[in-house]
Parts: sequence; C-alpha cells; structure tokens
Amino acid sequence: MKGIKHLFGIAGMSREQINYLIDLGDSFTEVNRRSIKKAPTLRGKTIINLFFENSTRTRTSFEIAGKRLSGDVINISASTSATSKGETLLDTARTLAAMQPHVLVIRHSLAGTCEFLAEHLENCAIVNAGDGAHEHPTQILTDLLTLKQPWGSPEGKVITMVGDIAHSRVARSHLLAAKIMGYQMRIVAPKTLLPSQVERYGCEVFHDFDEALPGSDAIYMLRVQTERLTDNCCFPSIREYHEAYGLNMKRLKSAGSDCLVMHPGPMNRGVEITSDVADSVQSRVLAQVDMGVAVRMAVLAALCGGGDEA
Amino acid sequence: MRQIIFDHAAVDAALEQMADAMFADEIHLIGIHRGGAIVADKLQQRLEARGAKLFRGNLDISLYRDDLDRIGLNPVVNPSQLPHDFSGRHIWLVDDVLFTGRTIRAALGEIFDFGRPAAVKLAVLVDRGGHQLPIAADLVGLHYATDSLCSIKLNSDADWHIEQRELKKEEVAS
Repeated sequence: MKGIKHLFGIAGMSREQINYLIDLGDSFTEVNRRSIKKAPTLRGKTIINLFFENSTRTRTSFEIAGKRLSGDVINISASTSATSKGETLLDTARTLAAMQPHVLVIRHSLAGTCEFLAEHLENCAIVNAGDGAHEHPTQILTDLLTLKQPWGSPEGKVITMVGDIAHSRVARSHLLAAKIMGYQMRIVAPKTLLPSQVERYGCEVFHDFDEALPGSDAIYMLRVQTERLTDNCCFPSIREYHEAYGLNMKRLKSAGSDCLVMHPGPMNRGVEITSDVADSVQSRVLAQVDMGVAVRMAVLAALCGGGDEA
Repeated sequence: MRQIIFDHAAVDAALEQMADAMFADEIHLIGIHRGGAIVADKLQQRLEARGAKLFRGNLDISLYRDDLDRIGLNPVVNPSQLPHDFSGRHIWLVDDVLFTGRTIRAALGEIFDFGRPAAVKLAVLVDRGGHQLPIAADLVGLHYATDSLCSIKLNSDADWHIEQRELKKEEVAS
C-alpha cells in the first residue's frame, strides 16, 4: 500500500490509509465466514509474533489472520525468548530478522519499541501490537471496522471512553484517530487516571460519568489496568470505582437504545462493566474480536504486498 | 489511442449466442469481478428470459493472484459471494476477456475453497489469445487475436462495446 512500510501507530497515518485498511478488512470478513477459511494471499510469507507482554486475543488474532491467508506464523513470548537469558531486545530482533521473516509483529511494554527496531532492521515490516501506553493501531482499525456496519462513517459520531485513560494505549490511539477521521471523543475518568493536558487532543473531559452519557453514540469501556497502577496512583476501591465509573444497565438506558457498547478486552465483569450490559444486544464486544481478525488480515496483506504503485 | 473493435451490435449478438449455447433448466453462473460479473449479469437476464432457473455468484480473485509481490493488492477488494452450494453441480465461470489465463487459474483455486463442483466450464465474452497457461474457454463470444502490446477492454457504460488501446511501454505485462 502506498506509503506504508510499517504500522507503528495511528499517528502519521492519513484518512485514506485508515479507510483503505478498514475497507480491505471488511472484504476479508467474507473469508472468515467460509467453511474453508483459507486464502493463498500470504503463501510463502513468514510472520513472527514477538510478544514481550502477555496477550491472548491480540496474539491469537494476528496468528489466525496470518494463517487464514496461508502465511507461516511463529509465536515468541517473553518467557520463551532469549531476553529472559540476558539478550538485549535489539539482539533478539536482529537474530529473528536474520531468519528472513516478512513481518515482525511486536508487543512491548516500552513506548517506541517498534520505531527503534525499524531503524536497525532491514527488509522486514514491523507492526505495533501495543507498545506501553503509547499506541495500539490495529485495535483502533478493529473498532472502526466494527462501527462501519452500524454507522457507515464515524464522522460526527460521539464515542465516550471511560476508565484508565492514563495507562491506555487504546485511548491514545483513539484520540489520534478521532482527529483524523472526524469523530468526537469524550473522556470520562477520575483525575488520577487522566494523563496531564489530555484536552490538547481536542476531546471533552468529564469526571462525572452520568453527565457524559446523553448524546453518546458508543460507550467504550476500558479495563482498570491494575498491573500498571502504582501506589502513588490514587485508585479508590474496586467497589467505589464501579459505583462511579462502571457501566450498568441504568447508565446504558440513559445513553439511549442506539448507543453501542465496546470494550477492547479482557473485561472485568462487575468492575468496569456489569454482566447484563456486556451481554446485551447493544454490546459489540464479540463483534470487535471478530473484526479484529479481518483487520489484521488486511494489515498483513497490505504490508506484504509489494509494489508502491498499488 | 482507443479503437472500437466490436460495437454494441456485435457484443449483443455474441451475448445472445452465448445464452443460447448455455441454456439449461438450472444454471449455476459465477462471474469474476469486475468485468466477468457484469457479463454474467447480462447472461443471467437473457437466460432467465428464456425460462432458466439461475443460481448466481461472484468471485473476487484478488486474494488468489500470483503477483502480490509485484503489484500488491488491488485497491478495491470485493468480497466473494457464492451463496448457493454448488458441490456436485455443473457451474459456468464467466469472465469478460480471456488473456493469459492467470485470472482463471486463480478463480479455479478459489472455487475449490468453497466446494467441489462436478464440472467447471469457462465462458468468456472475448478470447484475445496470448494464453500463458493450458487454459481454454469452453464458450467464446468473440475471437480477436492480438499481441500483448495492447489492452482489450469491455466498456460497459451506456452502449456496451469492446475497445482496444495501445499500451505504453511500462504497462506491458511481463
């Protein structure tokens, strides 16, 4: 695809590039509905999933996406990689790159890992599958494809995102995408879970969830990332958090019957979302997982396809 | 430079002849995006007017092409739609122009990912020669022999016709 060698993040992407990947993903959903879910597009291509953070759905999603397109997918996780034996990240990546893969899909807790590695590796496309609290571009493409069916274009729609914004790469990537694609983001969180100067992204900021509900076209719940919360982060008790920032049926009703519910997973039922909401007809949580495979097929195919002219 | 090599009347007559030759009580008709799909639409109209029962589908072979490395994915990939189970059936595969045969090879690969037809026959509106694979059409509307230095295209705007255009050097298929 024109101008895209790597996928580092939403930052730097154009509206055309984002729409191209979403539309391409849309056409791949058909392959995922077949009884024989396989097309030969990536035959002979090697894709390495290099995950330094735990992940089930993103890694599986990339793995299935690669395999459905006949690519050879290898998974490496931090516990099995040589970095646990003292090797540097760069040496691990160089070693893998020397085996001539076409795509490296990387998740790491440090922001900017993909850009760093891309500077040192040649002939290998790099996909960011989440780097610290920085970006998670394929999740945003996934969400926009999920919303394409009910909405058409996201332009002018309001997505209300609730939870741990400060530690969320999904939040950051969505804030960037909203500017490019023309949708409005409302951010709802206690002050302790907001990044400083979040308003500079052009979003509306709320501390009271109930005030943000009317006029929302989708409510996007984030998981409380207890593994990233440190002691000096004043997080109330789970129960208090749920009372103030959990999405329950009463809140969903006040947002309206057309309002969709999204969550990047994994969900903590009873913390940020109640079970009846998670399983309601307005929930698109499983659709997101479904569309995630299609979008990742599109990303892999677009990065593996040669030719700058196409 | 564009030149009309078959005018509307010639294309119309060819479609009539193809419909006559294809006619059966039940027909599974699969068009290849984009040109083949619109030729299949025209054949469908004619066959249904003759009283045949049609089972239609369309294929997009973008994911099955052999030149991803060279030219990348198509800017637009349409989903393949094969809503009718054709396992054990005779199917007609339809394209607008038969040239190298690579599209047909890809289409056959895709068809067998959906099911196992009893037989596949190929119908093309124009056979322009220059085949690079042992693939031939079972039913040809129009024959036109030419070299690889020009493109042959179905123009499906208002009045259908087939036109020939000389290619620039960099466009000539390898």
